[in-house]
Amino acid sequence: MKNNFLRGMSHGIPIFLGYLSVSFGLGILCVNKAGLSVFQASVISATNLTSAGQKAGIDVIAAGGTIIEMILLQLTINIRYSLMALSLSQKLDKSFTTPHRLLASFGITDEIFAVCSSQKKPLTPAYMYGMILIAATGWVAGTALGAAAGELLPASVSTAMEIVLYGMFIAIIIPPAKKQHSVLFVVIMAAALSVVFKYCLPFISEGFAIIISAIAASVAAALIFPIKDEEETE
Amino acid sequence: MSLAVYVFVMAAVTYLIRMVPFTFFRKKIKSRFFRSFLYYIPYAVLSAMTIPAIFYTTHNIYTAIAGTAVAVVLAFLEMPLIVVALAASGSAFLMGLFI
Repeated sequence: MKNNFLRGMSHGIPIFLGYLSVSFGLGILCVNKAGLSVFQASVISATNLTSAGQKAGIDVIAAGGTIIEMILLQLTINIRYSLMALSLSQKLDKSFTTPHRLLASFGITDEIFAVCSSQKKPLTPAYMYGMILIAATGWVAGTALGAAAGELLPASVSTAMEIVLYGMFIAIIIPPAKKQHSVLFVVIMAAALSVVFKYCLPFISEGFAIIISAIAASVAAALIFPIKDEEETE
Repeated sequence: MSLAVYVFVMAAVTYLIRMVPFTFFRKKIKSRFFRSFLYYIPYAVLSAMTIPAIFYTTHNIYTAIAGTAVAVVLAFLEMPLIVVALAASGSAFLMGLFI
């Protein structure tokens, strides 16, 4: 139990570092664009725990937009979490009871999902809590620091830090893609579709573009390379 | 509109999106197609999120390419996540010094 918590925390360290840098920029944005205080910026990060959704939300707040706009925007950008939650729901340990699910679901972010889904063993609540705790700490601390310190950090450092999380994604997708043609196929097809959306269909929001690309690539792979039955026995 | 209302709505919508499928989806999925789909979806989501966004992260295409290339090579060598992530950032920073 305790071991799982510590293991979750240690697996969360790269996420912590990445969040610290990404949310720093978000903190700056809260102050400069929406005129929020350090405390208000930190509350937004602590209650939302999502990068793209928060950025879009801050834009709405800054522009004095409507609540309907806020709801639709969050739904569009964050609906990918539903897919991730569904995928993770298949990997949960028996100890994951309803109260644990209600609590741990709060922390399903792109990065936490990525690390959790790369685990071989079923996920325990303690493992997820450890990871969420350290990741959320980085997220909120980074936001507060960014809001407070603004542009103290040299641009060369802060911009270089923005790539950290993507580096982690690459570290997750490349090793299995090297071993399985099916995963390589999914990775290339999803990336190609995402590029097409970005440059040929720029009017489609980034959130939708990711969802459509990911679903199309996964459906294609599921049809061409259905997984063997042995792989389900965990 | 007060800030509290905005923040509450943002947080509530985002939480429900995560909570509903995670909490209420209990059954092990039987369909081979759907199980395959869920097996592939993490890789697809991560790939679509990374490409092409990674090339815009550092606000400079050359530093981004340097960071990406280092990450791909180290990931291919199966280095730990933290090593790949920090090396990507470090190499983007070093590249930035030369531009």
